[in-house]
Amino acid sequence: MSVIIRDGKFHQDDWMASGGSFHDFDAMPLRPHDFELDHLGIDVPNSIDPNSLSGFVGEVSAIRIPFPSFADGRGFSIARVVRRMGFTGLLRAHGHIICEQYPLAVRAGFDEIEISDELARRQSEALWADALARINVTYLERLQAGMASAAA
Amino acid sequence: MYVYQEFDEAFVRERVRQFRGQVEKRVDGALSEDEFRPLRLMNGLYLQLHAYMLRIAIPYGSLDSAKMRQLAFLADKWDKGYGHFTTRQNIQFNWPQLTDVPDMLEALADVGMHSIQTSGNCVRNVTADHFAGAAADELEDPRATAELIRQWSTDHPEFQFLPRKFKIAITGSPNDRAVTRAHDIGIRMIENDAGETGFEIIVGGGLGRSPFEGKVLRDFLPKDHLLPYLEAVLQVYNLAGRRDNKFKARIKILLHEGGLEDFRERTEKAFEEIRARFERPAGEMIDAIAKWFEPPVFNNVQTHAFDKALDANPAFRSFVETNTDEHRNPAYAIVTVSLKPIGGTPGDATAQQMRVMADIAEEFGHDEIRVSHEQNLILPHIRKADLPVVYERLREAGLATANAGLISDIIACPGMDYCTLATARSIPIAQQIATRFDELKLEHEIGPLKIKISGCINACGHHHVGHIGILGLDKAGAESYQITLGGDATETFALGERTGPGFGADEIIPAIETIVSTYLDLRDSEEETFLEAFRRVGMTPFKEKLYPEGKSGEARNAA
Repeated sequence: MSVIIRDGKFHQDDWMASGGSFHDFDAMPLRPHDFELDHLGIDVPNSIDPNSLSGFVGEVSAIRIPFPSFADGRGFSIARVVRRMGFTGLLRAHGHIICEQYPLAVRAGFDEIEISDELARRQSEALWADALARINVTYLERLQAGMASAAA
Repeated sequence: MYVYQEFDEAFVRERVRQFRGQVEKRVDGALSEDEFRPLRLMNGLYLQLHAYMLRIAIPYGSLDSAKMRQLAFLADKWDKGYGHFTTRQNIQFNWPQLTDVPDMLEALADVGMHSIQTSGNCVRNVTADHFAGAAADELEDPRATAELIRQWSTDHPEFQFLPRKFKIAITGSPNDRAVTRAHDIGIRMIENDAGETGFEIIVGGGLGRSPFEGKVLRDFLPKDHLLPYLEAVLQVYNLAGRRDNKFKARIKILLHEGGLEDFRERTEKAFEEIRARFERPAGEMIDAIAKWFEPPVFNNVQTHAFDKALDANPAFRSFVETNTDEHRNPAYAIVTVSLKPIGGTPGDATAQQMRVMADIAEEFGHDEIRVSHEQNLILPHIRKADLPVVYERLREAGLATANAGLISDIIACPGMDYCTLATARSIPIAQQIATRFDELKLEHEIGPLKIKISGCINACGHHHVGHIGILGLDKAGAESYQITLGGDATETFALGERTGPGFGADEIIPAIETIVSTYLDLRDSEEETFLEAFRRVGMTPFKEKLYPEGKSGEARNAA
């Protein structure tokens, strides 16, 4: 089983419970709208060139990106690229993400994180909530808004 | 110099608080050692041979007296009374206790310093020309740009878990003192035909076990595009860089395997998409930051003291000849303070010496100190009239060794005396070379000669770009030192060429002597430097003297 973390709290898998699904991206038909499912989610490998998702971001409702190891940061780039492409659906990180990375994941565009029960036992809900609280102090978002730290 | 704004202060304090929590989590088991490791590394904390080592960033190599005094305080309170300045404008303390580190970080935050991203697979401390803001040959002070890059790369959500570490260096001068061709990204400020300043972007340089000279990715990048362009380069690397083998994970391997053209195409595409994310042109932000790097108000009064001291004191004259460089203001000089006393450990400074530097900077140097990648300290703005007094003060503190750029001004990694990766000692070799040539009284006659020593193939001592490079290896349990000649870290960049088989620990000093005497014999005048002579005559004359028994090394290996 797994635990979903959203807004700093542990949750059940609401996406799956409400009839959602995740399909292997490589097995998807070339034109996604041929796939007749309301709650369509896709599992994309983190070795993907995210540009190849451009035809899908307007069609699918959820994208799940794997983190085989917390040290493998490709998922952060994929998340930012699909958000830049205009994807507004559910973006989920799945696998070995530790609570220290939670602020990065949210800032990269993830809505939620799916971790194993084992990891959830070692890193409590309180630790994840605490990690999320740090997000108000960030450089990049300020720079994107044109605010270098410079005022004399 | 840039002073932390409210935001920087809040950020650094928050990171200290986080790290305190991470140490606690590690102790109570919420974090495994595997998970704690990258977190401590992101805060510059390594586990070394004898103890933890804390690496503190000195962004673009700039310090003032308050920062320097605080480093002295750390050295006294939590280390053994000294610190070690590195080749990437950092300082390392080799003896802290894990539980003291949060307090050390708090003390650093008090003076606007930190150890964030000084290790780990992220964008490391951005380095810059150590003569920035003072050099006569400078187009523009690169430090405002470096500060903008520091802000951009710090805690960037996308680039904290890259395939491997990522190093950026920047220079504002045509004379490259920042080794831009051996960095993951090297940035050179240049002027285009329209007279605008922009950047030449060099990628994929690096030393280590597979050395590469960086290649020009963009010959002129307008200042305004800096951040989205850097972001594009990092994004392509983060997605495509190899993660299956840590020795092939640097961007230089991606470029080598996939080619420059392919990389450029992907970068330009990503750049076009990322541009819209930044609302304000980077040039405006650089200009805003540049207010903090405006030159000091110089005192142009010249006196006879300088000329009189030159005439009266040969030691002072020798110091001025070797350890000062031309300042943009003719009444001033740039002073290199050598951390290479004969027989000492390259890059080490005691707490007392740090305080002396702080005092001098405050009293005579417009409160500015720099750290060079050559492991020396720089007083960038010293009025020539004050130089005799400054020299005396340095001399009393053991800081007036007149050897900048000479044979005993050696870069050496910590080697087997401190480092878990090392396969041979480097510091003792540096000490022996310095001592030997001091005995021979040849140093000044030899002239400019850069020796760089690494204690393993990871090349932290930059041996590939030493005029004479020395690489210490382990050959069947014994130290063996390989020599390369002709390396060059500057704008005339070159990787050194191997002489042949290595030399044992007791043979390496005589081998260096042989190389130097060969050079002295064959140079066409006293003006021809070692590097120039090597470029003219090539390897053969050196090889013949180093391996007299025959053309190959087999005889040596068999012996």
